[in-house]
Amino acid sequence: MKTVEMPKMGDTMEEGKILHWLKHEGDPVKKGESLAEVETDKVNIEIEAFASGVLRKILVPEGDSAPVGAGIALIGAPDEPLPEGLAGNGLAKATVSPPVDLAKAEKTQAAPAQKPGGLLREETGPAYLQGTPQQVAVQPAPPTKDEERIFISPIARRLAEEHQLDYSSIRGTGPNGRIIKMDVEAALAQMQAVPAAPVAPAAPAPVEVPELAPVPIETGEVIELPLTAMRRTIAKRLGQSWQAAPHFYVTNVIDTGKLADLRRQINEYAEKDPAPVKVSFNDLIIKAVALALVRMPQVNVSFAGDRILQKKQVHVGMAVALEQGLIVPIIHDADRRGVLDIARESHRLAEAARAGKLRADDLSGGTFTVSNLGMFDVDSFTAVINPPESAILAVGSITPTPVVVDGQVVVRDRMKMTLSSDHRAIDGATAARFLQEVKRLLEEPFGLIL
Amino acid sequence: MRTITYRDALREAIREEMQRDERVFIMGEDIAGYGGTYAVSKGLFEEFGEKRVRDTPLAEEVITGAAIGAALGGLRPILELMTINFSLLASDQIVNSAAKFHYMFGGQPQIPLVIRMPGGGGAQRGAQHSQMLESWFAHIPGLKVVMPATPYDAKGMLKSAVRDPNPVLFIEHELLYNVKGEVPDEGVDYTVPLDRGEVRREGQHVTIITFSRMVHVTLQAAEDLAKEGIQAEVIDLRSVRPIDIDLILDSVKKTNRVVIAEEGWKYYGTGQGIAALIYEYAFDYMDAPVQHVTSADVPMPYSKVLERAALPNNSDIVKAVKSIVPPLLVHS
Amino acid sequence: MAISNVTLAGLTQTQLLEMHYSMTLLRRFEEKSAEEYTRGKIAGFMHLYIGQEAVGVGCVSALRPDDKVLASYREHGLAIVKGMDPGVVMAELFGKITGCSKGKGGSMHMWSNELGLLGGNAIVAAQMPMAAGVALAMQYQGLDSIVACFFGDGAVDEGAFHESLNLSSIWHLPVVYVCENNEYSMGMAVQKAWAVDSLLPRAAAYNIPYEQVDGMDVINVYESMKRAVERTRSGQGPSLLEVKTYRFRGHSMTDPAYYRTREEEQQWRTTRDPIGIFEKKLLELDPGTQAEFDQNDARATQVAEDAAEFADNSPEPSLEELYTDVMADNSIALSYRYERK
Repeated sequence: MKTVEMPKMGDTMEEGKILHWLKHEGDPVKKGESLAEVETDKVNIEIEAFASGVLRKILVPEGDSAPVGAGIALIGAPDEPLPEGLAGNGLAKATVSPPVDLAKAEKTQAAPAQKPGGLLREETGPAYLQGTPQQVAVQPAPPTKDEERIFISPIARRLAEEHQLDYSSIRGTGPNGRIIKMDVEAALAQMQAVPAAPVAPAAPAPVEVPELAPVPIETGEVIELPLTAMRRTIAKRLGQSWQAAPHFYVTNVIDTGKLADLRRQINEYAEKDPAPVKVSFNDLIIKAVALALVRMPQVNVSFAGDRILQKKQVHVGMAVALEQGLIVPIIHDADRRGVLDIARESHRLAEAARAGKLRADDLSGGTFTVSNLGMFDVDSFTAVINPPESAILAVGSITPTPVVVDGQVVVRDRMKMTLSSDHRAIDGATAARFLQEVKRLLEEPFGLIL
Repeated sequence: MRTITYRDALREAIREEMQRDERVFIMGEDIAGYGGTYAVSKGLFEEFGEKRVRDTPLAEEVITGAAIGAALGGLRPILELMTINFSLLASDQIVNSAAKFHYMFGGQPQIPLVIRMPGGGGAQRGAQHSQMLESWFAHIPGLKVVMPATPYDAKGMLKSAVRDPNPVLFIEHELLYNVKGEVPDEGVDYTVPLDRGEVRREGQHVTIITFSRMVHVTLQAAEDLAKEGIQAEVIDLRSVRPIDIDLILDSVKKTNRVVIAEEGWKYYGTGQGIAALIYEYAFDYMDAPVQHVTSADVPMPYSKVLERAALPNNSDIVKAVKSIVPPLLVHS
Repeated sequence: MAISNVTLAGLTQTQLLEMHYSMTLLRRFEEKSAEEYTRGKIAGFMHLYIGQEAVGVGCVSALRPDDKVLASYREHGLAIVKGMDPGVVMAELFGKITGCSKGKGGSMHMWSNELGLLGGNAIVAAQMPMAAGVALAMQYQGLDSIVACFFGDGAVDEGAFHESLNLSSIWHLPVVYVCENNEYSMGMAVQKAWAVDSLLPRAAAYNIPYEQVDGMDVINVYESMKRAVERTRSGQGPSLLEVKTYRFRGHSMTDPAYYRTREEEQQWRTTRDPIGIFEKKLLELDPGTQAEFDQNDARATQVAEDAAEFADNSPEPSLEELYTDVMADNSIALSYRYERK
């Protein structure tokens, strides 16, 4: 019997939600076939089978989530007996924590994958933050199928029962996901602190900074919107970024006249190209940024605590606004690509983003991000750095603006760009010089194609 | 109060009891002229003479049987067996005679006998000289098995043992004889009960149950844990049979987590026995399984590094505690 | 009844007839016990003294009431001869509360503080070290009571035998060790088990005075024992008696005795019955004693019957007795601080 595990599709993915099972229990499965559609924090993906056989058991139903590595289905021979505890409908909620077979527990779906021996510090995210125990929030339950047991220590169970707390919704921080006394106490304390709204539960991840304490919601009518995986991820990552990185901002203004001319000429050509493509201003900005990063690699960095990691390649992310949130697909090696290539790539990525079909590769490896709100008539804005990068360029709209040239007031098309930098890795002068270089490249744009 | 060694405390107890009661006498191998292998009885022969401080031939079975017979005949002997390892030769008399007589004969005979013997290892004495076998004897109804860790307890409990109408196995430890501690001034007759443990250190995060030499190792570990914010409650059992069950349960109900630190082996030992009692009486208070810190499951090797590795130490206790005390709990 | 002035070994007619009665009582009692065992009233291991009556009676007659006796598991005879009421002995065999050990000991574990019967032991030779210790206590306290320790030929091969003789010797302990050599330790014939066919060299090895006695002749036994007791009581240290006897029945109730021939048994029973031998001796002195013999027999039979009846009618121990007497202070394995319901 082979266990189908939730695959890791992207380096920030920690869990996935089964949107749709493409095969049903009893269906034959061939290696390579798609089994299910899964929603991750960024995209929707299809899981393929790595074994052939019959789909004997679905362990995580549609609508439920499972962490990366957890078993979501079993594939085996049609007559192969199912492992203990899965044959038939077992307990919905186990009330006793039995002596746990640690090896078995790792294969089955007890909460987040745990190391045998229960080294608590490493295994769970939110529970061990520097912060108050209130962070251990009441979470959407780990899959509580009939076959799954909830492991809970005797004292924790007693405490929960005394307070009529349904502990099936508590995430346990003990070994094998065992709910321990501390978890119940935290859940109880939380219930007293925030009676109305469920707090943003964050998927477990290595964390360096405390999460923000949940703010009680004011009176008045309130609609509760549960978080999508994407929203959750955005909230967490950018929240961390904001707290960890001391942001400072450098703004300049670019005259886009020549840029517009060049763009027109490129597009005239590109229309007639065997593979026609339309180059946008953003594509050109991305190219400019990429070249500037090559010239100033000290902006192409990550701050790693006790050292700075300077990336050798330039992968520029472009922020794409979707209805459900923000996503940043990456244009890899942007410095080496021609403008048309960048345009094609940015098109592809934007399409894929909107269709929810971005691949993991498309979303990983970024070293710098460009965020453009120009199409929304935004004059300028400041963006939050996308970790682990150290800078982000916020681009505003191109606006006809009165300027003084040679003592005369004239109207020029101007565009504001604001660079947010992480002062731990990048100083003011560096940021300023970088922005200057970008400006130079955009105001004398032939450099972009030569 | 004054500070004396564990060894001196034992000697004082013996002396004082011999002075107090004519029927008390000591016998054992090399205890008279030699003063005892561990010098516990040093000077007593000179003070009390041959009748009451008796060297025996090297014959554990008969000297134990004779000690039992002497008790049956109305005396209150203190028998010294050189180590607990040699008690195996006497185990028939201990288990089949001393432990059984009072019951088997309908309550008629009494055997007010104390058998003193050191157990445990750590001095590179090799496999046959380093065992800690208290659990074997603690298994037997009819015996009392006590293991004091401090000079205060050594003196007080030996006195209690001598005055007890039951056979008492008084288990010492070679590495405890030089341990110093406070005892009341001379002339103060005090006893320590044989059925009460003692909380050596209070704490709210974990209960560490221990006895004999491991009490000192555990207190050291508790200091190390405190530096990381973990407050351990250390219980010195003092007596293994009878066991101060309510002292243990009160602590477990408070901390919900238990580590048992002992020098004996793990399987079917004292620690597992105590853990079973805890599960039986305090299951609903448990937040984690009981952790056992014991000697490695091997005969004690002679080699210095191997012996050190085989014996439980400070960091083993720290590790066991940290495996069940969640870090966040400590910071709150 | 003819009254004779004739004495034997310094014993009066009355005393001699008492001895005869004792031996007869032992015989009838053991026969009765065997019968009750087969009826299921007595269970476990039971070891009969039939054939060895002269040893028990002869030895114990030479003791004072304040002298102590330690025995093995073949102890009914010694218990009765030391003065224990046969009803109390039988009740113990039946496991009743009226037994000398409250029913908690059984055939192998009888005790009486008043009578100085310090146990039956199931562990072979275990009584020997303890006997040395009791003797030590007597000596220590300046009492001139002595200890008589009974054991079989099987015990001789245990280490405790040697350790005890040695210790008793070096400390000059007032103990008389009596080996009831009935030629078999369970199924092991003495000829196969003993490196030397008498205990003399062993006694000599430990520097202990030794006598070998015909255990089927109660007077011989008595005289030997008397000598040993006097010697030991006078502070000359331990003595060792080897009393050669024979048990007419198997080792215990469950022993079919395949290790010896029926002819051998018959031989002993017909020609070497200690009661028969004694009666013959007494008759030689005074032919009129036959009537006494018959009276003794009738009385002994009745007493045995009464004992069985008493035992049968006695109550079982109450269930509370299960937990009493484990410790002299009634403590148990767990020490509570709080009341338990």
